[in-house]
Amino acid sequence: MFEALGNRLTGIFDRLRRRGALSEADVSEALREVRVALLEADVALPVVKDLIAKVRERAVGAEVIRSVQPGQQVVKIVHDALTEALGGTTTRLDLNAPAPVAILMVGLQGSGKTTTTAKIALRLRTRERKKVLVASLDTRRPAAQQQLAVLAEQAGVASLPVVPGEDPLAIAARAMDVARRELYDVVLLDTAGRLAIDEELMAEVAAVKAATKPHQTLLVVDAMTGQDAVNTARAFHQRLTVSGIVMTRVDGDARGGAALSMRAVTGAPIVLLGAGEKLDALEEFHPDRIANRILGMGDIVSLVERAAETIDREEAEKLAAKLQKGGFDLEDYRKQLLQIGRMGSLQGMLGMLPGVGRIKQQLAEANLDTAILKRQAAIISSMTMAERRNPDIIKASRKRRIAAGSGTTVQEVNRLLKQFDEISAMMKRMNKLGQKGLMRGGLSALLPGLSNRRPF
Amino acid sequence: MALKDLLGRFAGRKAESAPPPAPPEAAAQPPAPSAGEGVPATTAPEPAARPGFFGRLRAGLARSAARLGESLGALFAKRRLDEAALEDLEETLIAADLGLAASRRIVERFRRTRFGRDVTEAEIREALAEEIAAILAPVAKPLMPDPSRAPFTVLMVGVNGTGKTTTIGKLGAQWTAEGHRVAFAAGDTFRAAAVEQLQVWGSRTGCPVHAPQKPGADAAGLAYEALSRAKQDGTGILLIDTAGRLHNKTALMEELRKILRVLRRLDGTAPHAVVLTLDATTGQNAIQQVKVFREMVEVSGLIVTKLDGSAKGGVVVALAEEFGLPVHAVGVGERAEDLRPFDPREFARSLVGLEA
Ligand SMILES: Nc1nc2c(ncn2[C@@H]2O[C@H](COP(=O)(O)OP(=O)(O)OP(=O)(O)O)[C@@H](O)[C@H]2O)c(=O)[nH]1
Ligand SMILES: Nc1nc2c(ncn2[C@@H]2O[C@H](COP(=O)(O)OP(=O)(O)OP(=O)(O)O)[C@@H](O)[C@H]2O)c(=O)[nH]1
Ligand SMILES: [Mg+2]
Ligand SMILES: [Mg+2]
Repeated sequence: MFEALGNRLTGIFDRLRRRGALSEADVSEALREVRVALLEADVALPVVKDLIAKVRERAVGAEVIRSVQPGQQVVKIVHDALTEALGGTTTRLDLNAPAPVAILMVGLQGSGKTTTTAKIALRLRTRERKKVLVASLDTRRPAAQQQLAVLAEQAGVASLPVVPGEDPLAIAARAMDVARRELYDVVLLDTAGRLAIDEELMAEVAAVKAATKPHQTLLVVDAMTGQDAVNTARAFHQRLTVSGIVMTRVDGDARGGAALSMRAVTGAPIVLLGAGEKLDALEEFHPDRIANRILGMGDIVSLVERAAETIDREEAEKLAAKLQKGGFDLEDYRKQLLQIGRMGSLQGMLGMLPGVGRIKQQLAEANLDTAILKRQAAIISSMTMAERRNPDIIKASRKRRIAAGSGTTVQEVNRLLKQFDEISAMMKRMNKLGQKGLMRGGLSALLPGLSNRRPF
Repeated sequence: MALKDLLGRFAGRKAESAPPPAPPEAAAQPPAPSAGEGVPATTAPEPAARPGFFGRLRAGLARSAARLGESLGALFAKRRLDEAALEDLEETLIAADLGLAASRRIVERFRRTRFGRDVTEAEIREALAEEIAAILAPVAKPLMPDPSRAPFTVLMVGVNGTGKTTTIGKLGAQWTAEGHRVAFAAGDTFRAAAVEQLQVWGSRTGCPVHAPQKPGADAAGLAYEALSRAKQDGTGILLIDTAGRLHNKTALMEELRKILRVLRRLDGTAPHAVVLTLDATTGQNAIQQVKVFREMVEVSGLIVTKLDGSAKGGVVVALAEEFGLPVHAVGVGERAEDLRPFDPREFARSLVGLEA
């Protein structure tokens, strides 16, 4: 399969490491790879072309920052263009309208409308203390109304009682009526899945929209959607003027290029992501994370950015050299811990690195987090330089002294020493793997994210 | 005529009627759909009267392919097949979800045989359809229940919302009409109202449904019970529904393997088919889906659903090349009768915008 775009581009740009600016020819070659990456991520072709044109314009002649490889710099330009095209910043679902605020859920069959309806209901009830009513306008799919009723109960919100034989328009009117009389804040209208080319059903949902005047019309799309995303988005948008997009199944491994296509066609923001079948699996949309995902890489961009700002390159290279010789000691570890402190949160740090998937789990098992790191730095500070250089001499009495000096316990000192052992062993292994790029980032590059967050 | 416009837009050369490209920044403003860009004739509503057997399939496929076909038409009307033309061809295939690799391979074959010739639109379509049909022909294999294996057991698997439950209903209807005794097992014990959904399909098709005692029951246990009952009561075909799952969720895939294992305890040859439903709107991720499901639960064939939509299902071509898995049938609607045999020639011709 497709390896990280960053790696590919790095190869292309290796030979022009020393040049100052990116030439047209360099950029063209790189952009061919970018095109492949975007198409494999299911970004629709016309959208790909737009993006490539934009990137070309920006990349040609761009100065190559010294601490970053040209390939990585192109990746960053691509990434920035993608992030921008995805809306730049996180957009929250706006419910700023007189109650009852209606939200109309629309989309193709099986895209996740009913599930997402219940997820949004749950979120509004618990986080924003809204009084929520859900109503199923799906009179077509077998047991669809029952599905929503069950989910509503799980979400702890009211669902409009089902009247057999009632048509969608009548259900919608009744829902709005009940919501007004019983003072609901929000009404979520779940609709049957429909094809954008099904004129009859599109007319039906357009009528529902006209009758209920929803504040939000959310198009629910599957992250696995291919090139057809543009057609579907355009058709739904023409009929219904979509106000926001929800992308579901981002818990899968699809790149999610459809997000870009949909956004480009409708101009509507992506407001939420579905990340699982459970009702709490609803997330905010971060354009930069999806940009990374589409490019098929960890967040190398942020890493490069932050590394450029904070990592003393010479220091990092000294460290790399040291590692090569196997001379990594506790003092180096302490310096790295401090450097990480400067870089800020550890969250997702590991996910930033392309090509470390396999060792990621091992690292996660090392179970490091920021608080622990601070304590660890304190522990090491209570050691003598001799102890830092040669941890083997740290026996029981020294441990007690170090623990007392750093306000920790002997167990914690033990844990640090054990973890240090593991880390140095791992770094040796990584060295063998030849992760040169990794070393440039120093140890910080090796540290895992706080938990099992996905890298986007 | 979205695709045509978009292609035209970027191909430049033949974009006389194309609107100016809207840069993605324009996305930030609420876009006003242009009035002139009405609903294309090719997406006209289905006539109220039901067309015949192949008519429906063709209508569905034709709709999904019309745009592609038109863009091809625009691209190749009496034109020299040069590098630029080949590049356009490649892009047209990519836009139909064939994927980069498959598109390139097909274009390469074209280059070898036809480069530099003056070709008409019709020629290129015919040739392209032939090329694609040849790739698809070996995988077109209907699912034939083997009566000597009764109860012929079919396990339906796939990613969430791809059409497993609906397809079970359709197969049940088809096989019942052919005179088989068919039963369903509601193995999706997880999703809200999934059992009830299958029960509706049971009553629509007259097939008895094995349902769990309570929600959240063990799916493998239910499958086991259903098969043992089917063995006793003379059921000819047992269709087992499963909960939708993403292929990258190891625990859920293990759960499916468990179903396989328990079925085999009762009948070493069961399940006799493991059918993966694939949504035609799916893009390149379909390759990963098929790969993992095949490795984990020995998928024996595919059914491509929702081909009545605007998605082209072009990834099926890439799948055929890569895995050679049988494609048993295609779904072209939400009703019991909306299941069709997979006809490679028809599929390929429709894909490039030709009448069957
Ligand atoms: N893994 C995963 N599954 C999801 C997500 N959202 C929905 N699903 C699943 O996708 C399937 C279809 O979801 P529904 O909510 O029924 O989809 P729908 O759009 O209402 O379907 P129709 O009403 O038939 O058009 C179910 O199995 C859901 O559990 C998600 O974010 N991740
Ligand atoms: N237009 C169209 N819709 C289809 C087709 N097949 C299934 N659907 C619809 O797609 C939606 C999902 O179908 P299901 O059968 O519930 O899918 P599933 O795979 O069982 O879903 P989960 O059990 O939730 O994973 C429903 O609204 C179906 O009516 C088809 O061939 N064409
Ligand atoms: Mg639904
Ligand atoms: Mg189902």
